[in-house]
Amino acid sequence: MAQGIKDKVVIIGMGCTRFGEHWDCSAEDLIVEAFTEAVADAGIERDQIEAAWFGLSVDEQNLGKSALSLSETLRLPNIPATRVENMCATGTEALRGAVYGVASGACDIALALGVDKLKDTGYGGLPERTKGTFDDLWSPSATAPGSFAQLASAYSASHGISMDTLKQAMAHVSWKSHENGFMNDKAHLRSRTTVEKILKAPTIAYPLGLFDCCGVSDGSACAIVCTPEKAAELGKTGTLVSIKSMQLALSNGSELSHDSWDGSYALTTRVAAERAYREAGIENPVTELDLVEVHDCFSITELVTMEDLGLSEVGNACEDILAGKFDASGQIPCNVDGGLKCFGHPIGATGLRMAYEIYLQLHGRAGDRQLDNPRTGLTHNLGGFPNKNVCSVSILGHYDSGATR
Amino acid sequence: MQQVHNTSTPLTGITLVGSYLPRTRLSRKSIAAANSWANPGLVSKGKGHRAVCSHDEDAITMAVAAARAALSAGDCDAIQALYFASTTLPFADRQNAGIISEALSLPTSLKTLDATGSLRCATSSLIAALSSGETQLLVAADKRRTQPASAMEMTVGDAAAAVVTGQQELMATYLGSYSTSVDMTDHYRAQHAEFDYQLEERWIREEGLLKLIPQAIETLLAQLALDPGEIAHLILPGADSRTGAAIAGRCDIAQTTVCNNLELECGNSGSAHPLLLLNSALENAQPGEKILLVGFGQGCDVLLFETTELVAQLGSEKPVQSLLDGGVEDDNYQRYLSINQLVQLDWGMRAERDNKTSQSAFYRHRKTVTGFIGGRCKHCDTPQFPRRPICANPECRRPGEQHDEPFKDKPAEVKSFTEDWLALCYNPPLKYGNVRFEGGGVVMMEFTDFDVGEVQVGTPLRMEFRIKDEDNKRGFRRYFWKAGPIYSGR
Repeated sequence: MAQGIKDKVVIIGMGCTRFGEHWDCSAEDLIVEAFTEAVADAGIERDQIEAAWFGLSVDEQNLGKSALSLSETLRLPNIPATRVENMCATGTEALRGAVYGVASGACDIALALGVDKLKDTGYGGLPERTKGTFDDLWSPSATAPGSFAQLASAYSASHGISMDTLKQAMAHVSWKSHENGFMNDKAHLRSRTTVEKILKAPTIAYPLGLFDCCGVSDGSACAIVCTPEKAAELGKTGTLVSIKSMQLALSNGSELSHDSWDGSYALTTRVAAERAYREAGIENPVTELDLVEVHDCFSITELVTMEDLGLSEVGNACEDILAGKFDASGQIPCNVDGGLKCFGHPIGATGLRMAYEIYLQLHGRAGDRQLDNPRTGLTHNLGGFPNKNVCSVSILGHYDSGATR
Repeated sequence: MQQVHNTSTPLTGITLVGSYLPRTRLSRKSIAAANSWANPGLVSKGKGHRAVCSHDEDAITMAVAAARAALSAGDCDAIQALYFASTTLPFADRQNAGIISEALSLPTSLKTLDATGSLRCATSSLIAALSSGETQLLVAADKRRTQPASAMEMTVGDAAAAVVTGQQELMATYLGSYSTSVDMTDHYRAQHAEFDYQLEERWIREEGLLKLIPQAIETLLAQLALDPGEIAHLILPGADSRTGAAIAGRCDIAQTTVCNNLELECGNSGSAHPLLLLNSALENAQPGEKILLVGFGQGCDVLLFETTELVAQLGSEKPVQSLLDGGVEDDNYQRYLSINQLVQLDWGMRAERDNKTSQSAFYRHRKTVTGFIGGRCKHCDTPQFPRRPICANPECRRPGEQHDEPFKDKPAEVKSFTEDWLALCYNPPLKYGNVRFEGGGVVMMEFTDFDVGEVQVGTPLRMEFRIKDEDNKRGFRRYFWKAGPIYSGR
């Protein structure tokens, strides 16, 4: 019987560039910057890394389809390196590869690095891409905001909540992201705004306005992971941040073609969260999670995710959000680093950026936005469309040597 | 000159009819307002509306809509031939009728033909269909582009009409026809020309309409030994009311029999117009009345019908009148110009997308795509689209064969929706969402023909065959189904 990943792997170093419009540097520069911070944090030499997983999403505009660009940029010592891509969970998938590699015993120290240089595509949002030779024949030429906007229409209908109320709660989500991003010097958007301004913004895809949508960014984030034994060997004696669970759930086409899903939530988030809580031994996420970093690609996504993760009762997210439950000062701070909305969203790096914030917070190194002694945090990615997606839920916490073996 | 074609027993005639008008009706006042600075004469023509295609419609999509209005599911298997008549065929060499046939899911064993080259291609095809004695589907559609500020811009409209011929359950019996072929260049459109070249109105009237049509009518009536007074409905597409009255007068047919040419209501729909007016006449006819149908274009076709008792049902439903009533007025002339590529707007970087079609994938999946046919699981009976090797029902997920499950005629409603201003659409916003089909099955698909703010969760929908994407680099056009509103006539 598999026992899961809990406390089998620890993170000994992390790095993250500022996310934003890096017109003056290339993906290689961002990789080097994130990596340099991580190896310095870990206190190891580059050549001690035994394997690498590389998250890169929109490859056509970036660095190609393999992990060669990572190996070449960092002049890695011919170690195994693998490029992974799984929509918006790509960064988390790089971390999962490295964590599973270490947990398997195949290597002691592994690298996970994600990067995207989306601003070089020339598009304001995500670039136009083919959906595949068959899907292009029938699937709508939908955009990401248009796909996620449908969550709002279905949520409003399913719960009998007026669009005005829903939009107020969505506006609070975006307002909170701006408040949090303002406090973070690595965030893409560092400006405060008002709910009134958010509600008056032009419509991108009804009912989502400009402020309901995250932009796209350039950026890179990086983690170095090893076994707890290796960490001890390296002299890591203080608080260690360990992986408590890493779960992934993918749609299997039922949301796409079958009416058992009502369109108002992300089925995969519910599935992945349940597995992640079980793997991490969490029984009550509301009381046991100290902070969460969720995939707020759009304000409505964060709203339904609060319910899908069990942090709000189903149908109650608007009320909780408006009551400040997920504000930085609330019961379960959500996206204290600014989230996708304000920290930014270079797809390949995003999952690792979320882990970076949890890592900093658990180490008490989050500066002005440091929370009061958090011990357990969660990251969440939702890539694709609500009816066809890849979802990751991971839980990080202080290492507990008694948890395994 | 040809001999009059006389029908022989058994009787043949018209068994089913269907029509289609695009929902948008551009007000001619808006055309005149935009162009009268250049041509003040347009102001006097600025009356009524022209039916105009949306950005995702063409002659093929309109033809499918008209044919679907004519046929119910049970009628398709009996069709022996499909003729498509149009002077605006989307493809010069890829049989357009073949696309229509697959969209209608007609049997593969089928004679198909595109008829073109003249505004009377539909009436000539109708004569051929009626002469065959077979159960044939004839559908005609035209979407003619007209030069801004031209006189034609004020008279043309987009439409389609279909008739099914056969020998059983006739609503109108075919009594005979007569045709002439005369190379009169009252207008013409060269192979690669964008627009018609139109000659002088008076010459067309005096030398063309007022001579060629009466000659043909008189010949037919004489050969059938019919008194002109027996004609109850005279259909003269392309002739204005004054000319129509003059033609009737020359033939000793009562001027009151001249049918409304729908010029004000929707405009002249080219090759489709004779059939559209025929369908209109049929729904206004009493049993036992004679209808004389004229097709004019480098000669003349004249066909004579007599209605039967079965025409009464059409009279109670009045489908053409419902279509005329179901339009939505639009005074946005600039949008019309853009949709018809008469002005080039900047659609941004997303318009640079390469829409190359994998033809082998399309060929493999064409029943799915063109026919909108999904699957029904043999184990759990769940309808699903698209059909995959393993059932989509989360409670089943069993592999195995699935039955063909047509989705195009299922009632449906909006499950979730958006109006997307970021996505590329040549009539923004791009509206799409999840659609819930009665009896099971969900498809995320585009909406069409809705105004902004009109779609809501629960809005009832009907499926429409529309242009999905254009590949401007390679001159290819893809079609798929979209969900449209249910409105008068549809």
